[in-house]
Formats: sequence, structure tokens, C-alpha cells
Amino acid sequence: MKITKDQIKQVATLARLELSEQEITTFTNQMDSILAYVDKLSELDVSGITPTSHAVPLENRFREDVVTPSIGVENALANAPDKVDGFFRVPKVIE
Amino acid sequence: MKYQPIIGLEVHVQLKTDTKIFCGCSTRFGATPNSQTCPVCLGFPGALPVLNKKVVEFAIKAGLATNCKIAKRSIFARKNYFYPDLPKGYQISQYELPICEHGHLSVTGEWGEKKIGITRIHMEEDAGKLVHSDIPGLGSNSGVDLNRACTPLLEVVSEPDIRSADEAVAYLKKLHQIVVYLGICDGNMEEGSFRCDANVSVMPVSSDKFGTRTETKNVNSFRFVKQAIEYEIERQIDLIEEGGKVVQETRLFDPDSGTTRSMRGKEDAHDYRYFPDPDLVPLVISDNWIEESRISMPELPETKLKRYQTELGLTEYDSEVLTATRELAEYFESVISEGAQAKTAANWVMGEVTRGLNESGLEITESPVTPKQLAELISLIDKGTISGKIAKTVFDIMWQKGGEPAKIVEEQGLVQVSDTGAIEKIIDEIMSGNMGQVEEYRAGKEKVFGFFVGQVMRVSKGKANPAVVNDLLLKKLKV
Repeated sequence: MKITKDQIKQVATLARLELSEQEITTFTNQMDSILAYVDKLSELDVSGITPTSHAVPLENRFREDVVTPSIGVENALANAPDKVDGFFRVPKVIE
Repeated sequence: MKYQPIIGLEVHVQLKTDTKIFCGCSTRFGATPNSQTCPVCLGFPGALPVLNKKVVEFAIKAGLATNCKIAKRSIFARKNYFYPDLPKGYQISQYELPICEHGHLSVTGEWGEKKIGITRIHMEEDAGKLVHSDIPGLGSNSGVDLNRACTPLLEVVSEPDIRSADEAVAYLKKLHQIVVYLGICDGNMEEGSFRCDANVSVMPVSSDKFGTRTETKNVNSFRFVKQAIEYEIERQIDLIEEGGKVVQETRLFDPDSGTTRSMRGKEDAHDYRYFPDPDLVPLVISDNWIEESRISMPELPETKLKRYQTELGLTEYDSEVLTATRELAEYFESVISEGAQAKTAANWVMGEVTRGLNESGLEITESPVTPKQLAELISLIDKGTISGKIAKTVFDIMWQKGGEPAKIVEEQGLVQVSDTGAIEKIIDEIMSGNMGQVEEYRAGKEKVFGFFVGQVMRVSKGKANPAVVNDLLLKKLKV
């Protein structure tokens, strides 16, 4: 067992997920076997190989600094579950 | 016990591009909420970011100007966290391979000259804006405006090389001056175009191990930076002296009270799980590109400051005043390139021009007197057409009503009188009307000389050439 329940709880917290005790146990086991499987990769010697950040051999794709039309407030807010006066409305967050 | 503060600064520089970093939405400040948004900056599923080339150009310039090494290859990374102002659930930033690293700035002050290291400069997108009040119907909720989301930023991270609030302010002012000179940031701190977070810790002077640091956010003026850092140093020392411990946390500066307070709830969120953003391909910068950027950069304040002293022969103080902003330096340099002598031009720009600007609340770029006109005015003095005193009168007219100096001098009849005959006549009249003073002078009371000069100037309405007046008076009074 490499993954602990605490790690699963921490990941769940970061992802804003609420898990039951049963789910925590299930996911801990599942995650553990997934990671054990992926761990096979560590048998390879990758010293001297640049880490792969991208799967496609592309670089330097740019756009020029030219304004293109925005979609408008109405469209921007069309799918918002809650809105008010041109703003998205969300539960109070204040520091 | 004596304590040594250790300070590092993170500065967010908002770039002066027309569009956002990954989409073509406008970055104009003050637009209707959510009117400058599109699927990319709203974080709609499937929308793909494309990098604004100008952001890279600006980042290269910032790196060169701060003595950084420009990375040949850099990549973008996702910084994952949840907050309502961040629609994608991650901020696109740079992590392992930032565009600039290993730079420094030199700052001078009572501590002498000091090098402050710059760890890195990276490109990233800004988040949206949260509004907590002043919206009808908001109730006890918060409003989200995503106009600012995806606005290009450079984050400039210093080494923990700073040892006092004053050093911190000097470093910030220098960095601010550079990015504004480069034309990559408008420098408006009130609108948040240049924002600073301060990492502060203290340790006993005998120690060589840094204390636990706090990060203070929201310090958006040079004055506040000084206040916030000084408060934080004092707070941490008091805490330790009372036997307490500094907690690593994010704190918020409150400008009203000049204090900082803990931002609860953010401490546990420092697990950003960075990973390369697969939506953005690597950025490869050629030596050629770096060279082109270097060539297109304006002369930086530090270089100007030295050149004004060595080439133009100005004092350090004058050079500092004139290079304070790029606009002022350019105005001054235009006056010189129109033929004025450096020292004279410096005196006029720092004197009359600055006074005029202050009195009328104008920026140098709005000066009613152009550099060319000022140079012409100066040449009228050099040629002896008008005296320096009259020139100030002409300048005031130019400032108030506009117009060319030569024409004003002619129209107002201000041409300096150098004709010895005319001046002699005035002197003779004055002498015969003030025989008492003439006797006094001849009896050795040389102070009376000033009286005669004043009288001649009064009668000639300031137009008599002072050198000629002096000459003639000396001759006539001695007889």
C-alpha cells in the first residue's frame, strides 16, 4: 500500500469533493493499484532524457496583439446558474 | 535581542498590450463588467489559448533590462486552485522553465550601492475581479467580473536580499521606473498595474538561519509597502519577544490602519499541483530575437543618468531629476537636439518648465511650450537678443498664450537694448538726478553700484543689456 487514506482525503479536499468513509477506502485501493501499475515505468532508465512536456513536436504558436470582438455580456452570462446586473453571482467570498 | 529582517518581493507587472495574453479580448480598463470576455478567458470547455506575441517581446525586454538570462526554451504550466475569480480552475503561469532567470538590480541609498538578485521573471494570466458590494440585487453574495481575467502579467520575483523597508521601496521604484521606461507597463499603481507582495521574516542578528516568513498582499503604493513591511517586522519581533512563534501565512495589508492581518483559509491551499499546460506549445527564443529586442529597447534610466554626467557634464542631482521619467528625459533631450546647451536646457526644464507643469497640473507631454520653442527662446538669450530675465517673461507668455518666442519678443518690444548710446543717455539722466549717490560711490561706497543698475533696468523696463549697463556705469561713475 503506497497511497494512504490521508492522501486521498487531501486530494479530495483540493478538488472540493466530499467523500464518505466507504468511498475513501475504495478510492485508496483503486488509486493504489493504478499507481502500482504506472510505477512499472520507473524501471526504465531515463537519465539524460529531457522530460516530455508536450506530445507534439510544435513550438512558438503566436497571435498578434490585435483586438477581436468579445462575445458580449449577455452571451458571457448565458449559461451562468446565477447572475446579477452583468455579474456572475457567487456565494460570498471575502478575505 | 537585535533582529535582522529578511525581505523578498514578488511584483506583478501588468503589461500594456491591447489584448489579453491568450485571446483577442481587449484589456481596456474600466469597461462594463464581463463585456471584454470570450470562451477562452471565460474558461469555456474546449476553448484553446494562443499566446500573444507581444507578451513575449515585453518579457524579453524586462529580462534584458534587469540583467536576466533569457531562457532559450520555456514552457507554460497550470497552477491549480479553486477560486470564483478563476474560471478554469487553474491559472496559466510558468513554473519550472520561466522565460527569465538570474537577474539583478542595483539600488542606491544610505546603505550605499547594493545589488538585489532577481530569481526569475515569468509570464502569467491575471484572474478576474470579485465585487462584494455596490451592486443592486447582490444581497450577501459576491459578483464576478471576468474582464481582467487573462490579462497579461509578468511576475518578478526577487531574491531575499532586501534588509529594510527603505531598500524594498528603492528596489520597487527602480523596477517601476524600468518597466515604465520600457513602455511595457503603464505603471498605474492605483489601477493595479504594478502590485507588490512582500515576503518578510526576521532572525536574530547572530543567526544565519532565516526565520519563518509571512507573505503580505495588497500593498499597492510605495508608501504602503514601507508601512506594511515596517509593521510586519515589528509584529514578528514582538511576537518572538513574547515567546510566540511566527506562523507561515498570507496576510493582507489594510491601508486604513497601516497594519496587516491574517487571511484565514488560504493556508491549506498552497498545493498548486503545477504541471505543463498541454494547450500551449513550448516557447523557443532565438538569439536573433533577443538581439532584436535589445536593439529596440530605449536607453534605460541608469545609462542615461551616467551619460548626462559624463557626456553632458550635468550634476548627479540634475541628471537624476531629468531622468526620473522617460517623458521628461525625452523632452530635455529634444531641447538639446534643437541646439540648446545642456546646462542651460537643464536649468530651464527643471526650473520654469517644471514650475509651469506643477502650477497647471499638466504632464510633461502636455507642456504648452514645445522643446523646439524652448530651444529657440534659449538661443535668443545666447544671441543677446533678450536678457535671461526678459526670457522668463517671454516664457510666461508662451506658456499662457502660446506663440513663437521671436515673434513675442518683437510684438511686445522686448528686444534687449545693447546700443551704448541709448543706455548712456539713460545713465546720464539717472546720474544727474541722483548726484548724492554718485558722490557716495565716488567716496568709496561701492554698494551704491547696485542702486544704479536697478535704476537703469527700471527705466529701460528690463530691456537694457546687463553686461553693457555694467560696463558703462563703471566707466561713468569712476570719472
